[in-house]
Amino acid sequence: MSEGALGRIYEDGEIVVRQGDVGEHMYVVQDGQVEIVREEEGTETVIRLAGRNEVLGEMAIFDRQPRSATIRARGRVRILTLDKRNFLRRINEDPSLAFRMIETMSRRVRDLSQQVSELRATAAARDVG
Amino acid sequence: MTFPNSPRPADGCDGDAVLTDGSRVAVIGGGPAGSLFSYFLLDMADRVDLQLGVDIFEPRLFAKPGPVGCNMCGGIVSESLVQNLAVDGVFLSSDVVQRGIDAYELHTDVGSVRIATPTEEMRIGAVHRGGGPRDVTEAKWESFDKHLLDDALGLGAKIVPSRVEAVGREHGRPTIKVAKGSPVPYDLVVVATGVNTSILKTFEGLGIGYQRPALTKTLIREYYLGADQINRSLGTSMHVFLLNIPRLEFAALIPKGDYVTMCLLGEDIDNALGDAFAGAKEVRAVMPPDWDPQVKSCQCLPHINIHGVEKPYANRVVFIGDSGVSRLYKDGIGAAYRTAKAAARTAVFEGVSEAAFAGHFEPVCRSIRSDNRVGRYAFVLTRVAQRTSLMRRAILAITRAEQERGWRPRLSGILWDMFSGSAPYGDIFRRMMDPVLIARGVFVMPGVLFSTIRRGGRAAGEPRSREVIT
Repeated sequence: MSEGALGRIYEDGEIVVRQGDVGEHMYVVQDGQVEIVREEEGTETVIRLAGRNEVLGEMAIFDRQPRSATIRARGRVRILTLDKRNFLRRINEDPSLAFRMIETMSRRVRDLSQQVSELRATAAARDVG
Repeated sequence: MTFPNSPRPADGCDGDAVLTDGSRVAVIGGGPAGSLFSYFLLDMADRVDLQLGVDIFEPRLFAKPGPVGCNMCGGIVSESLVQNLAVDGVFLSSDVVQRGIDAYELHTDVGSVRIATPTEEMRIGAVHRGGGPRDVTEAKWESFDKHLLDDALGLGAKIVPSRVEAVGREHGRPTIKVAKGSPVPYDLVVVATGVNTSILKTFEGLGIGYQRPALTKTLIREYYLGADQINRSLGTSMHVFLLNIPRLEFAALIPKGDYVTMCLLGEDIDNALGDAFAGAKEVRAVMPPDWDPQVKSCQCLPHINIHGVEKPYANRVVFIGDSGVSRLYKDGIGAAYRTAKAAARTAVFEGVSEAAFAGHFEPVCRSIRSDNRVGRYAFVLTRVAQRTSLMRRAILAITRAEQERGWRPRLSGILWDMFSGSAPYGDIFRRMMDPVLIARGVFVMPGVLFSTIRRGGRAAGEPRSREVIT
């Protein structure tokens, strides 16, 4: 992993954002991998992994709610921070900047719908059994 | 509405000009403006199921070292552009970014100050636009321009490796002619040649209201130091100089992988001014002790656009990047991005008529032009600081106080945005007038005056220790 490239290096296990924090930034993974972790009543669940060129942390920018999950480095990872203010100002001038963001969020909603469907099917099968 | 017997719209008033399936677009120039335009045009067209053919006319080979692949530029990708590209899916890998920049060091004859990014991360990219300086035999990096061009080609654009020799009009459509070829009509011609070319003169002769922009010359030199030497001397900071050297307006040293790029702006810039700057003690203090300013790897004196074109569009023709409207002195690649994207957006969603560009492309150009007008005042203040020792001392004292006392970084932020080109000049100028900042000036002034009087007897050239405040 080049020391001269963009962003900042997070070591294995280092927290990039913590669930419940106020969100002022988005993040783009430059190199390596992070895990998105959701904590409920003391139990951690890794929701998914994210890798190179993925934009993360955008939900808190748009819905102004606390972070819904923790982003944690899985191995050594390089991450670029994007400023909320710069991003929203640019969207104001160029709404098409949001195309890719909407595309990403749509894909995630689709993936989540799929997972909900699978979980319900599993639960239904268990109930029948 | 057009009736069968309506007269054909006069050239320049083709209000119904839109791109449809099979439309052909010519992009003259495959630098950042042309490549980004092609990338965004094809990306947006795909979103609305529009099939377009895009030809990029670019005879240069960006992977080749030296002038054949160079686009003659300092090679800084600003903080805001890095972020915008990331959101737009244009990924700048560590092969492209030769050095991430996490700080600016401002050097004056009365001291130096380091302004680091609050997030302690590499926020700015130093890149080689082409294959690198003349003495490179094998590039260890990927050219920035080639990287963007490859992204456009990846979406379906085609490269035409020929120089455009002539442009014309045929039945209301622009035509392009290359050597040994016949004029070929296109539905849209996008001019992204930069200003260091003679083809722009041809467009003035087309009667479409285009007039070439006002230009100034810059001096760019590349010095080979090797990565280890750069790590030890310049590090990951861009070094900016406010020196009272006649004719010099702005100077910077940009560290890259193995090279350092020297960028100068000024009046009647020439080699002598470059030598005067390179020989200044403040520059020698930053560079390694055994550095010889006469041993340069490459040098050029390219022009830059300092007064945007008033009407950078016509019916089925649009001028982007430096050929049209660019940002004053800073972030030319950022302006290329903004104008390229605005032109692509207009072409896909609004049409390619003069009226469409006037309504949807021109506002972005106007915003850059009016911001440049404010920028001129901001640079006047910089010039005053360059020539006034008291002001230079005040700037250093306030910045030092902000960093040592943990004050909100008002002046540090202004200097960061001014040098990095990360914020509009209007925004920077407003912040310069901030009463709290003025109060800080008053607060530090007794110390500055005392220091000026105490050191007043020292000649300008007298040696002093290099003081860096972090």
